[in-house]
Amino acid sequence: MFDIANYEEARDLEQAIELLTKDPRAKLVAGGTDILLHVREGKLPEAHLVSIHEVAELKGIHLEADSTIVIKPVTTFTQVSSHPLIREHLPFLGEAVNWVGGPQTRHAGTIGGNICNGATSADSAPTLFALNARLQITGPAGIRTIAIQDFYTGPGKVALTQGEILTAIRIAPEDYRGFSGHYIKYAMRNAMDIATLSCSVLCKLGDANLVEDFRLALGVAAPTPIRCLKTETAVKGQTFSKELAATAGKTAVTEVNPRTSWRASKEYRLQLVAELSKRAFREAVAKRRNPA
Amino acid sequence: MNTKKISFRVNGQAVTLEADVRESLLEALRNKLNLMGTKKGCGVGECGACTVLINGETIDTCIYLAVWADGKEIRTVEGEAKEGRLSKVQQAMLDEGAVQCGFCTPGFVMSITAMAESGQTFTTEEIKKELSGNMCRCTGYQNIVRAAEKVLQK
Ligand SMILES: Cc1cc2nc3c(=O)[nH]c(=O)nc-3n(C[C@H](O)[C@H](O)[C@H](O)COP(=O)(O)OP(=O)(O)OC[C@H]3O[C@@H](n4cnc5c(N)ncnc54)[C@H](O)[C@@H]3O)c2cc1C
Ligand code: FES
Ligand code: FES
Repeated sequence: MFDIANYEEARDLEQAIELLTKDPRAKLVAGGTDILLHVREGKLPEAHLVSIHEVAELKGIHLEADSTIVIKPVTTFTQVSSHPLIREHLPFLGEAVNWVGGPQTRHAGTIGGNICNGATSADSAPTLFALNARLQITGPAGIRTIAIQDFYTGPGKVALTQGEILTAIRIAPEDYRGFSGHYIKYAMRNAMDIATLSCSVLCKLGDANLVEDFRLALGVAAPTPIRCLKTETAVKGQTFSKELAATAGKTAVTEVNPRTSWRASKEYRLQLVAELSKRAFREAVAKRRNPA
Repeated sequence: MNTKKISFRVNGQAVTLEADVRESLLEALRNKLNLMGTKKGCGVGECGACTVLINGETIDTCIYLAVWADGKEIRTVEGEAKEGRLSKVQQAMLDEGAVQCGFCTPGFVMSITAMAESGQTFTTEEIKKELSGNMCRCTGYQNIVRAAEKVLQK
């Protein structure tokens, strides 16, 4: 048995907010693949849970009239990667979330839970950073929207107050049209392991391989996922070459602040930053030339 | 006690039970429905011994609340052999000697069954990736992968 002292199943979003607001101890549960482990490990004794597992209005992916792609939070990794809109416009996001755990984890874990747990290793995060994803948050005071960069406030910490729920991940057309992208998860095992370092590159090339736009985001390179803005500025407006990719990797190293952990030392992670950034850039470009 | 009445189908049969809100689906299947085929290994979503199909998808039931089963279609290893005949996947595992102690076998059977019913074919590499959520302490995996290949690489 899980050590759950109180459990409520929300019917809809409104009721979920009400239940969370009424009970200051209450925690949301979506897929449960993070929070039920915490309960099992005793990190959340006598848990109070509010479940959004069955809330239909928080599931699915759609396109708005202005071509903004909207991903609802309680969409599982499997549903994200197999969705026609993702396959057509954001294949690199589908590929990224396909690196999460094993199939069973991807069938249960949700993209919203992946962001809201605040882990710098979350496999969806670097690509959502590179996409300038905007997060719609609904709470007792109404709806607000913030940039994903401002959502992560520290290791395991996100900008949600009690009663607030992530209700949509929004990606504007100017942030995905014309981009190709590639995600690399570096882990000690090929599957069922969290990232030692992760890297997502999006790029848009013009005539004669001119880099019109370039986005580089890293996971586990700092306490939160980060964008390497200096590197982006240095690369934009240049002509793509192998040398430029290598330069991007070297510049990225100056923008990160990884830690030593049991998985890897700081020095090893710095080397991974340079190497993975370079490779992901090259792959992102290669994908543009050979559209799948 | 905080309980909730839930109804769902298991291996084609409708069931209704009082689920404790603290209960995992694994516990409900084993303790309330006596379906002991689904095993508890790690209890934290790592080993896949507790895998069942929920609406056709593999799920680790040790980290899935029993109350979420309400209205769903569940398949466990007990439903795979029909009228005394093993399923294709079970037969392939037997033929390839993919079972030693057998503890992981129900989970592998359900994972391979989901792949077989997807109608796709899989390369050996894809099979390994799809089976990465299931662990085995005894076989060394070779025979399990061979059994999967037999069913999935027509
Ligand atoms: C075996 C295993 C392997 C794993 N491997 C990986 C991996 O390789 N990569 C990876 O990134 N993750 C991995 N994970 C972690 C986990 O699966 C993911 O982080 C998943 O996305 C969590 O989603 P969930 O819906 O299950 O979260 P839950 O456990 O339901 O929730 C997680 C947190 O987010 C909050 N929350 C959830 N939804 C919302 C919302 N809409 N609004 C506000 N707060 C919300 C919850 O309160 C909780 O704090 C793994 C987990 C397991 C068990
Ligand atoms: S017992 Fe559920 S995954 Fe190990
Ligand atoms: S046969 Fe013993 S764990 Fe797999």
